[in-house]
Amino acid sequence: MALREGALRLNLLLNSRTFYKFNSSVGVRSLSENVSSTPVTSSAPEIAGDHLIYTQEHFALKESLRKIIDQEINPHVEQWEAEGIFPAHKVFKILGSAGFLGVNKPVEYGGLGLDYSYSVAVAEELGHIRCGGIPMAIGVQTDMTTPALARFGSAELKQEFLLPSIMGDKVACLGVSEVGAGSDVSSIMTKAVRKGDEYVINGGKMWTTNGTQADWICLLVNTSDGPPHRNKSLICVPMNLPGVQIARKIEKLGMWSSDTAEVFFDDVHVPCKNIIGQEGMGFTYQMLQFQEERLWAVAIVILTMMENVIQETIQYTRQRKIFKRPVLHHQSVHFRLAELQTEVELLRALLHSATALYIKGNDVTKLASMAKLKGGRLAREVGDSCLQFWGGMGFTSDVLVSRFYRDSRLMSIGGGADEVMLGIICKYMDILPKN
Amino acid sequence: MSGRVLVGVKRVIDYAVKIRVKPDNSCVVTDGVKHSMNPFCEIAVEEAVKMKEKKLIKEVVVVSCGPQQAMETIRTALAMGADRGIHVEVTGKDYENLGPLQVSKIMAALAKKEDALLVILGKQAIDDDCNQTGQMTAALLDWPQGTFASELSMEGDKIKVVREIDGGLETVKINTPAVITADLRLNTPRYATLPNIMKAKKKKIANVKPADLGVDITSRLEVLRVDEPPQREAGVKVETVDDLLARLKEAGRI
Repeated sequence: MALREGALRLNLLLNSRTFYKFNSSVGVRSLSENVSSTPVTSSAPEIAGDHLIYTQEHFALKESLRKIIDQEINPHVEQWEAEGIFPAHKVFKILGSAGFLGVNKPVEYGGLGLDYSYSVAVAEELGHIRCGGIPMAIGVQTDMTTPALARFGSAELKQEFLLPSIMGDKVACLGVSEVGAGSDVSSIMTKAVRKGDEYVINGGKMWTTNGTQADWICLLVNTSDGPPHRNKSLICVPMNLPGVQIARKIEKLGMWSSDTAEVFFDDVHVPCKNIIGQEGMGFTYQMLQFQEERLWAVAIVILTMMENVIQETIQYTRQRKIFKRPVLHHQSVHFRLAELQTEVELLRALLHSATALYIKGNDVTKLASMAKLKGGRLAREVGDSCLQFWGGMGFTSDVLVSRFYRDSRLMSIGGGADEVMLGIICKYMDILPKN
Repeated sequence: MSGRVLVGVKRVIDYAVKIRVKPDNSCVVTDGVKHSMNPFCEIAVEEAVKMKEKKLIKEVVVVSCGPQQAMETIRTALAMGADRGIHVEVTGKDYENLGPLQVSKIMAALAKKEDALLVILGKQAIDDDCNQTGQMTAALLDWPQGTFASELSMEGDKIKVVREIDGGLETVKINTPAVITADLRLNTPRYATLPNIMKAKKKKIANVKPADLGVDITSRLEVLRVDEPPQREAGVKVETVDDLLARLKEAGRI
């Protein structure tokens, strides 16, 4: 049976906080002696030719993106986490101008038309951002609100919404989940009733990442009274239309720098031409994107954030002494870190092989679901074990590991809860009980 | 004049990496360590690309000396807007012993071969901090030099260079062809955008050996030993100035 996916379209990101103070200022290279000791995990294996999916260009892309992250984003993360929001328009414009928001989108609309492996490379590099909220917000912009539009939208619609989103001029958000419908997407209640050549929309959406800053929302609504998988449509709705109300910004356990909104739609009039593709196909369109969404979420979490947390934990426990020896020298500690790193490698292998198959045109739903499931669970283990090794310091807000612990918890819930993933895997294994 | 600018770029250990010395004190650990383009070289590339965008020059040729990995650095420069690259292949022991004098000889040879209008280099590399290559290259070519440049402007067939010196700023006007070395405030290097990274794939990188240029790269220097800086020790607090003087005398400092 078609299991519902995508409750919260929130990607999970971990925060990575510098162990020592970062003192590079925006836009200017910091060439001073006080250099940050952020663990510089060499993401580029020395010989590109040996890599399963990455080429020289992938590594060049990662390097350039890393510079942007180090200069324009990371120096402000602490402040944005404290403020509970980050300036999406500013950050997306920087990324958009450098071409990172439309990696696999059509060239005619400012994208680069590259295959999905490039998107995964971008996602991996975004994991170097010292928090989960911002990569998640970027993921919403690039891989949750725009894929269906890019594939099925009309030229006019793409010109109005896709192009500016890729250039970073417009901020997008996704409206799927509702207060009463998370994992069970088919039970959403928001309705769009056709009146002449307009739709009149009534309802509300929940867990809308970027919701308080977005210029438009990719909205999943019921457009008819048919069977629940065939009566929905995706509509591009500008957020400044009368009747669109941002009810509140939600306070969350983690992902603080990402603003999450509850939005209401009260008789919102939208031209019918704003519908993406065919009426009634909305549900199908949204489902088609899931494989990519999940690979994306996992890429950021495992490949970079978890590794960064493990590396920082090694650094910390190496210099922190208990009973006259470094914490790291206690077998329970270094053995556990080795176990965690082993699992991270396994997950990386799964991600890369799923990506390799996907770019060749295969259906990787089962592998992507497995990767997401494992990613969420492993992140909790990594967070929990590493936090323990940090001791009292781990419990403070001054360190990366505590932010990671909070932010990573979302991974098992958002973007398709663990239980949903398990259902999908069972379906592919043909072990679900038949109705 | 060809309107061609030659830019030298060096692949160095990334500025954010914590440097470790090898246990045998022969050199620093470079295996598996993140490398990137020397920050001052980035500024040099940026200046050259800017000049091309302003149509002051016609072509930016980027050069790097080293093993296979130097190609990555060249590609980064291509992704920033350079037109083509020259990889001067130097490997193994030769590479370990490669210093400013040999690189200057190579740069001088290439400057003549490419009929360059300008040679722009970073003022120094962040690994050896030599601050010699630009000056030596100019001397070998018998060209004027504008070092520690924080501002450049072309004035006909001369260049006006504002130099950062200890006392402040010095402005000089030099003839072309010339050698310039870039200082920190010359510009802010652009990010290599993804479209440019993909375009860079098609740009050419020529491969040459020092011998092809008639350059002998044997080193006249031998590194005897590399040590980490001494560990910072605890300080001592004193109560009075007399105390301080006594302590300093004791320690043989005054």
